[in-house]
Amino acid sequence: MSSSFLIQALVFIGAAIVFVPFAKKLGLSSIIGYLLAGIIIGPFGLGFVGENGQDLMHAAEFGVVMMLFLIGLELDPKAFWEMRKSITGLGLSQMLGTTLLLFPIMLTMQWSWQGALAVALAFSMSSTAIVLQTLKEKQLSRSTAGEASFSVLLFQDIAVIPILALLPLLGHINPAAPQTDAHGSLIEGQPAWLQGLSVMLAVGLILLAGRFLVVPFLRYVSKSGLRELLTASSLFVVIGVATLMQVVGLSPALGAFLAGVVLANSEFRHELESNVEPFKGLLLGLFFVSVGSTIDFNQIKNDPVTIALLAALVLTVKFVVLFVIGRFSKMGRDQNLLFSLGLSQIGEFGFVLLSFIGQINIIDPALNAKLMAVVAITMATTPFLLLINDKWILPFIGIPEAADKREADTIDQRNKVILAGFGHFGNTIGRLLRANGIEATIVDNDPDRVELLRSMGFKVYYGDATRLELLKSAGLEEATLLIAAIDSPETNHFLISRVREHFPHLKIMARAKNRYDAYELMDLGVNNVYRETLYTAVHLGVDALVHLGFRKYTANRQGQKFIQFDEKALVKLAAKRHDLKEYILSVKEEIEWEEQLLLNDLNSHNNMNDQSWDSEHVREVIRGEK
Amino acid sequence: MADKILVLFSHPLLERSRANKALISAYQQHGACTFHDLYEEYPLFDIDIEREQQLLLEHDIIIWHHPLYWYSCPPLLKQWIDMVLTVGWAYGPGGTALKGKKLIQVITSGGSEAVYQQDGNNRYTIQEFLRPFEQTARLCHIQYLPPFVVHGTHRLDQATLLVFRVALGELLDTLHSDDHSAVDWTQYPTMHHFLASRTAL
Repeated sequence: MSSSFLIQALVFIGAAIVFVPFAKKLGLSSIIGYLLAGIIIGPFGLGFVGENGQDLMHAAEFGVVMMLFLIGLELDPKAFWEMRKSITGLGLSQMLGTTLLLFPIMLTMQWSWQGALAVALAFSMSSTAIVLQTLKEKQLSRSTAGEASFSVLLFQDIAVIPILALLPLLGHINPAAPQTDAHGSLIEGQPAWLQGLSVMLAVGLILLAGRFLVVPFLRYVSKSGLRELLTASSLFVVIGVATLMQVVGLSPALGAFLAGVVLANSEFRHELESNVEPFKGLLLGLFFVSVGSTIDFNQIKNDPVTIALLAALVLTVKFVVLFVIGRFSKMGRDQNLLFSLGLSQIGEFGFVLLSFIGQINIIDPALNAKLMAVVAITMATTPFLLLINDKWILPFIGIPEAADKREADTIDQRNKVILAGFGHFGNTIGRLLRANGIEATIVDNDPDRVELLRSMGFKVYYGDATRLELLKSAGLEEATLLIAAIDSPETNHFLISRVREHFPHLKIMARAKNRYDAYELMDLGVNNVYRETLYTAVHLGVDALVHLGFRKYTANRQGQKFIQFDEKALVKLAAKRHDLKEYILSVKEEIEWEEQLLLNDLNSHNNMNDQSWDSEHVREVIRGEK
Repeated sequence: MADKILVLFSHPLLERSRANKALISAYQQHGACTFHDLYEEYPLFDIDIEREQQLLLEHDIIIWHHPLYWYSCPPLLKQWIDMVLTVGWAYGPGGTALKGKKLIQVITSGGSEAVYQQDGNNRYTIQEFLRPFEQTARLCHIQYLPPFVVHGTHRLDQATLLVFRVALGELLDTLHSDDHSAVDWTQYPTMHHFLASRTAL
């Protein structure tokens, strides 16, 4: 590892951690922060990075691959199949509409028709990275606009492949020779039927391996109990799929997406999500930084008018085409604006296609550099356009009803209850909730149990519930209740303290081993503490009283009152505990606590009688004996 | 044919009630009675409706035995009435399952008979206070017989209680063995009047 690589990494990451929180603080999207960081460290700013910004971008593009894998994970095959109409319908009309409008406009700029067509196609692409990241940040992924945007982006992703195959036909030189780094493929130059066959084989391989190889493999790895091995396996799956796709000349992002869809129904879904998520976030961030750093301000300085006009023109054309499509698919006005503005930029595939166009000499290098700047500028405008939309446009058109209805769906798709730990304790809770129509999202880290319960039809996910990332991908942010039912008190406390820290408003109900465990949970700020022994012990005690001749109703009331009394005493004594000099109770002190408890029980007994029903008591009062 | 008697006993704190402990021994000693202790059967108020309805079908005379609390029954008996007497079964369209059955309330009351008078502290008679129960029976096509009332339980001594207990046993015997289809029950305000008329014969 060369020192220059480390310095590069230092500069990129450093800039990101300085500027992204800054942007967030101003209420801007994190993407603006990343872009800003890129511009500042780029050649036009402080000049920390030079030409190699492009190289880094190629590496960072893997963030897009990971993002599509994650999107696939959230979309099971059935949902994907249901989207097929909107993918072809919306996607095809967007691409055709944009290209057909841009092509004549570009012809008027006295470009060759080949150049105009190639650039029009490249410009019809939108940015998967920017759009999906923005939608996720705004929690709009499952809104009408979010789903439509996703369909369009997915179609573009697929369309890149035939476009890359088509471009050489427009070029002036030998079409077989030039290749981009990203799309170097082993089977290029083979007969078409062989290429087609290998593509089908590769897709088939992903579908089969996802179902019959990856899941047993992950199960095997997870039994080792080593968390880093599972992270490694997750990366292995994603990188493996991406490599396979490159070998057969397909988009790695598309392959990763397919792999994600196949694994969406497995119990490892959340674990995979939480393992890949940090890498995706980091690489995507780097991707945005590199976009910022590649904006060539020298080109802009030389010919600001052309570039600005071109950028404005492309944005307008793309917006208009999208808006008309949105109208036709009967989107609400607010959703349509979000959809049309969101997809109005030229995407990262624009870079890929332009550099390919440059290599095959369809347009001259000076113009190509200007067009690259246009792409980068349009990408940078999106967060600002959406900000303007949010602050100044949407408030005036109001939020139509349809949007609200979607919102409810969004909540429905996530379970409102997360149940951490599904042993005997959690299992009982899960069954009770389920019997009442509540499907909790269950997280457990015993692979055998997860497998068994899944075969019984429970929605159980494998994973370490103390990892915030895992909980987030399980929907913690949308959840209203966390049930912490993990057997080990240490793990349970760790989980609760992390959740309390990051989601202070989330309601927590916690399992406690015993009285002392309950004290510690209450110190963490949990009010709903359930001692696993208390209720069972009282229940047995009640039955013992009945066996000894007590009336059942009376015994049950005494049991209920005992629980109430004991819980009150728990709160009282939990506060008192801190008066002691030492937190750890000595054996002697424990005995003192027990004595105090018993004493309280005796004192309380007089108040525990049901005096109103007690004819002896009433008689004594009436006779003046009391 | 001998009538079968079902006693639905409802007292939340029997262990502290002298009067009821004495009275219910009458049922336990009587062979033809099914003694059904509601608070003992359903301490959590989770009444088994099917089982209760089956019990009703298997008997001819139903006794609601309970103390009078605030001019009404204890909450579990009210719960029982709410849950067991279902529409379409006990009342309403097709609700004739209990047609021809008889209902008697056995009531213990702390107040004396004197306070349950128009000029007494309670301003109404015990029969007036029991109207909701009477009408409940009526709606379910059940014949409502005069109540068996033990007044002034707060002041009763053990000997008087024994008298009531014996009277209750006598009532059970009559109901069980004799043919009383010809009896005009409306002429008796309470079962004590009915028993007294028999003794006079």
